[in-house]
Amino acid sequence: MTIDEVAEPEVSPAHREIESAVVRFAGDSGDGMQLTGSQFTLATALAGNDLATFPDFPAEIRAPAGTTYGVSAFQINFGARKIMTSGDQLDVLVAMNPAAFKTNIDDLKPGGVAFVDIGAFNEKNLRKAGYETDPLENGVADKYRVIKIDMSRLTLEAVKEHGLSQKEALRSKNMWALGLVYWMYGRKRRATVDWLSNKFAKRREISAANIAALNAGHAFGETAEMSAEVGRYEVPSAPIAPGEYRTITGTTGVAFGLIAGARFAGVDLTFCSYPITPASSVLHTLAGLKEYNVVTFQAEDEIAAVAAAIGASYAGNLGVTSSSGPGIALKAEAIGLAIAAEIPLVIINSQRAGPSTGMPTKTEQSDLYQAVFGRNADSPLPVISPNGVHDSFDMAIEAVRLATKYMTPVMLLTDGYIANASEPWRLPDLDSYERFPVSFRSEVEGFEPFMRDPQTLARPWVKPGTPELEHRIGGLERAAGSGHVSYDPDNHQAMTDARHAKIAGIANDIPLQAVDQGEATGDLVIVGWGSTYGAISRCVANLRDEGLSVSHVQIRHLWPLPANLGDLLRGFRHVTVAEMNTGQLLTLLRSEYLVPAEGLNKVTGKPFTIVEIEQAARRRLGVQQ
Amino acid sequence: MNVMSPQRPKLTAKDYTSDQEVRWCPGCGDYAIIKAVQRTLAELQVSKERTVFVSGIGCAARFPYYMETYGFHTIHGRAPAIATGVKLANPELDVWVVSGDGDCLSIGGNHTLHLLRRNVDLQLLLFNNEIYGLTKGQASPTSRPGTRSPSTPMGSVDSPVSAAQFALGSGARFVARSADILQKHLPVVLKRAHAHRGASFVEIFQNCIVYNDGAFRHFLEKGVAADAQVHVEHGEPLIFGKERNRGLRLRSGELALDVVTIGEDGVTEDDILKHDETNHTLATLLASMTPPTHPVALGVLYCDPAPTYEALVHDQVAAAKSKGGAADLDALLRRGHTWTVKPNGAAPAQ
Repeated sequence: MTIDEVAEPEVSPAHREIESAVVRFAGDSGDGMQLTGSQFTLATALAGNDLATFPDFPAEIRAPAGTTYGVSAFQINFGARKIMTSGDQLDVLVAMNPAAFKTNIDDLKPGGVAFVDIGAFNEKNLRKAGYETDPLENGVADKYRVIKIDMSRLTLEAVKEHGLSQKEALRSKNMWALGLVYWMYGRKRRATVDWLSNKFAKRREISAANIAALNAGHAFGETAEMSAEVGRYEVPSAPIAPGEYRTITGTTGVAFGLIAGARFAGVDLTFCSYPITPASSVLHTLAGLKEYNVVTFQAEDEIAAVAAAIGASYAGNLGVTSSSGPGIALKAEAIGLAIAAEIPLVIINSQRAGPSTGMPTKTEQSDLYQAVFGRNADSPLPVISPNGVHDSFDMAIEAVRLATKYMTPVMLLTDGYIANASEPWRLPDLDSYERFPVSFRSEVEGFEPFMRDPQTLARPWVKPGTPELEHRIGGLERAAGSGHVSYDPDNHQAMTDARHAKIAGIANDIPLQAVDQGEATGDLVIVGWGSTYGAISRCVANLRDEGLSVSHVQIRHLWPLPANLGDLLRGFRHVTVAEMNTGQLLTLLRSEYLVPAEGLNKVTGKPFTIVEIEQAARRRLGVQQ
Repeated sequence: MNVMSPQRPKLTAKDYTSDQEVRWCPGCGDYAIIKAVQRTLAELQVSKERTVFVSGIGCAARFPYYMETYGFHTIHGRAPAIATGVKLANPELDVWVVSGDGDCLSIGGNHTLHLLRRNVDLQLLLFNNEIYGLTKGQASPTSRPGTRSPSTPMGSVDSPVSAAQFALGSGARFVARSADILQKHLPVVLKRAHAHRGASFVEIFQNCIVYNDGAFRHFLEKGVAADAQVHVEHGEPLIFGKERNRGLRLRSGELALDVVTIGEDGVTEDDILKHDETNHTLATLLASMTPPTHPVALGVLYCDPAPTYEALVHDQVAAAKSKGGAADLDALLRRGHTWTVKPNGAAPAQ
């Protein structure tokens, strides 16, 4: 059966119009919840809604089926207005087994809809989830609208004509569930059908079965008269800026940004990395883009990865390495070498919860100290962070610009949330981007390896292979100018000062800190960085609607900080720094500006909810809701 | 590729010598090695600007500062990884990695392994003096059991690694050995290493006059050298000794080498094994020989070229480029699914 045999019904008057909705698909890690979520994301973007997503999955590749720690979930918030976060509370939960029900039901709004596959609610799965009695029967779910459907059986029936084994056939039940949710929100199935046909082009029976399951779930909504039970909703399209769009994850944004940045700099990209969650996907993405003259190198370890990137930059390419906190720790000594030898290098840290191995698939912003301070000796480097998925492309370009212009390593801090979440992204006009071509030194007259550009304080970049500019560099302290090994006391003072001044001077080459929302002075400013942007932004909008004097500042250049930031912060009675750590940006701001900032901190592995920030802001302002 | 055009004046060893004062201890074996390297580069007339010396940390690692070429003195153990990045970025560069036994086999052992198995096209010179020099004399991973040092006052108890066997086990396609004082032999080996496309591993026995003086006396000293060394040559019988009458013979029925004397017990020259540098098993046997039962094998133990890593990597890039069509940035951003939102809130069209 193909999609053409199923009419795509238009949204009918039976649909109740709502402004936004939050849906979460939750199931076993083998149930394909991430794929389901990304398909719903695409269909929703195509329907013209704005949206934000939150993929949340376990570290185990195939955790024992049916366990709570094997639950994988994908949340999407979509609406007819600008969507800033993946949503605080769920309107709809799809739970594919008892474990998914158990770990997610508390996030459902009272009165919210839970679609539950009772085909998976057998004694064995209930026991694995740690239930002694069936939660669907013992009253704990009474405050929700639980819709019990034997999705497993209905899927098997829907796909039986395609001759799959029972195990293979059951793999389509995520598409069945997706079909039902598509029906509920009047989503079109075409893009998913196309995607399935393409993905399983070599196994037509698999694509046919998945499409059949999708259609069956959709038809179930129609024929079982679900409307009466759960209603059908229309989320009108959001006022989205016209233009060409795609969905993008932070990973893709960073990968594309690195390629674009290297083009703008006029250098080739050498990307060197070692697998680590959640950063590996940058390596995977770039490994598939070789036609863009990208060389990817899967090194033997984290140290080799950064070392090879430094070698590539030394030879005249842009070396980039990527990892997560524990891997960045291993790279620290080599980053110091790039600082000392003054070699361009981009280091991407997809932060995750720690310390040590911590929670590899859970998000956190706790590597800011590591980024700014985490090396031996006085070893400054610029640290920047995109304020969400949409900003990852631009900030990757910015990392390349700073690295090549200032001959320095640059740390780009993303996090697990930015890396994995997907959003619609308006394709930028590439002509509008500044070009920053590298000029490799080839002039012999007057050359010294550690002479400095008077404006940027950067030393010249010379490609080995350039005649008559043979010289030696290294990690030993070197004389200003000549670069010869030097233990001279005054020289070390001068070189340390020069390295410091070079990085500090970048503050004059980045935008002044803007106020994202609100006035430049007032009662309270909420300061954030990285992926907290959406939650803070929506919170501040809500509070401002109530007439409260609240502003929002989101810092993208974390080191050096923007030149006007201290004065800006001093213009507020209260400064609250919201971050997913125990107060790292807070410490930076207090030590740099001596402002009495206070922290709002959370380290649960999950992003801030809007309500959490609102409550903290109200407490600070002393107002009741 | 690296041979200079004939118009340029002929370069001498001095042209490859930088103006920096050499700071090795007087009498250090490194002096002899750098002289041999500079002489070799002059004999090959390699281009100074295309030549890059990369080193890690240790006495040997100061090497690049004294070479009038491009040079990068990096961090402990990581020179093989940095050099890999250099070659990935510019395969045309002629790269030499200079390392010691601690740098290359202890802190950097992992990188050495992977450099060799990947077969990155460069020369890796391991100066083996069986001791940590720069940190003042601790036992190294090649130190013999019982080595007394500040960190092992009662004698070291760990087994040493054999550098050449490690290289062969790692998948190196070129493994050779020489020594600092062999001023005729060493340049020949260096030339072979330079000519080999792929990772060329050269172990150079080097005397640390301060902390491990005479470590290799038992096979390098004049009086014993002829009987304690066998200089291997591809296709030639493995003959050695003052009288050139001793040789290596494959033990019948076992995978082992025996030292025999031609003219004794009915042994003739035909019984002596001929060196085959493409035979990995033979190379491993040769690399494992130690005095006093066997001579130390010097020369090219193994050479069996294979495609280089950077060539294979760039072949894939070239293949992707020839298949991928115009790789412009606009096309990049449009990979996968895109849709257009029209002005005035019109429903999006695909």
